[in-house]
Amino acid sequence: MSAALIEVKTGTVRFGALTALADVNFALRAGERVALVGANGSGKTTLLRLLHGQLAHEGERRALVDAQGREPAQAMVFQRPFLLRLSVWHNLMVALWLARVPRAQRAAQAELALRRVGLADQRDRPARVLSGGQQQRLALARAWAVRPRVLFLDEPTASLDPGAKREVEQLIAEFAQEGMAVVMSTHNLGQAKRLATRVVYLEGGRVIVDLPTADFFNQSLPDAAAAFVKGELGWPA
Amino acid sequence: MGGGFADSLRTAWALVTGFDARLAEIVGLSLGVSGTACALAAGFGMAAGAWLAVVRFPGHRAIVAALNTLLALPSVVVGLVVYLLLSRSGPLGAWGILFTPRAMVVAQTILVLPVVAALTRQLIADAWRGNGEQLRSMGAGTAASAGLLLLHERLALVTVLLTAFGRAISEVGAVMIVGGNIEGVTRVMTTAIALETSKGDLPLALGLGIVLLGLVGAINGAIALVQRRQGAHAQAVGK
Repeated sequence: MSAALIEVKTGTVRFGALTALADVNFALRAGERVALVGANGSGKTTLLRLLHGQLAHEGERRALVDAQGREPAQAMVFQRPFLLRLSVWHNLMVALWLARVPRAQRAAQAELALRRVGLADQRDRPARVLSGGQQQRLALARAWAVRPRVLFLDEPTASLDPGAKREVEQLIAEFAQEGMAVVMSTHNLGQAKRLATRVVYLEGGRVIVDLPTADFFNQSLPDAAAAFVKGELGWPA
Repeated sequence: MGGGFADSLRTAWALVTGFDARLAEIVGLSLGVSGTACALAAGFGMAAGAWLAVVRFPGHRAIVAALNTLLALPSVVVGLVVYLLLSRSGPLGAWGILFTPRAMVVAQTILVLPVVAALTRQLIADAWRGNGEQLRSMGAGTAASAGLLLLHERLALVTVLLTAFGRAISEVGAVMIVGGNIEGVTRVMTTAIALETSKGDLPLALGLGIVLLGLVGAINGAIALVQRRQGAHAQAVGK
């Protein structure tokens, strides 16, 4: 088995008195596509943020570093992407600048990314007047442009209409085929089934189930996870 | 009394519409001093405000509270402090700029700097709260985050600048103390109104008052326009 790109051991995250994640063990390997599922407040987004290195935590978070001590390149796409009040093109160029891509390569990479997500004809439009689906595609282009080895997606299609949802799913599947490891949180079990190679079910900040996708949907699961899969889970008390 | 006021108003109107040279000189100096002060305050204040919005350090809250308190800084106090600094026996007396327009620029810069910094901080802090994590996720450090959010909020920052300009051009205490209200040198609209009123030259005082009111009205109109544009933009993006 290959070494984990990113690994968390007994990871615990607290926000004041609230324990959002408790003693989580998780390892992400190259080429994996992991769907994090669970009810609201189960800790999916917190786990994503922890893996991405954005949160103070207890326990250990380790990444496979290169010879220069750098972590694998990572990018995260949020449910509601923050786009600057600039053109589509300039949003991409800013992302490449922040990722420290050499100036001479930025324009070519931005051009390629726009074509990759089908927004080449929108390059001079203000980013914030694009439709929801186009904005999410731009966010994916921004992430893809920096050539990440790991792509984190926080409910990337939650606020999109069915057509836009299909387009975004298609892009995620294509990115994964290019070899990117993908970790996404989702409420949509159909999406988890279509896109993931592995499904992780969280409840109350703990990992309850961590199985290959086929096993997750075919094996008998603990009660709460089974109820979630059947869509019978109520709101958390 | 009523007739005297009406006569004064007519004479004032004639001065304004006739582009009276004395009036034009005073208005020009006022615009120059307040405009320069706002430009200087914008450079420092926006950078400081944006930086304060995206960093946290021990004592941060106290600094923000102090900055917000300085929003109500009395202009005469600023005038007094700058006067003490620039007077011959003061630490900056060697500059020799007391009773010059430069001293007035210094005083007005100090007066509006907290306005620019505090309003910018509030604006950028709101944007940072909602979007800071995404910027950090893309690799933005403190300076890049502050700079990008300033760029993102540039329309709203125009409102901040116009507010600061309104405060500068309408204050009288600081420029009176450090400028000395010298005719042809440091006389601006507000100090001229105060002087001409005390001398009983109501037409010129009223004429200047009309120009000042017109300028403040134009600033308010510009703020309303910017805010309307922001509102239309927010509606377009469903924010």
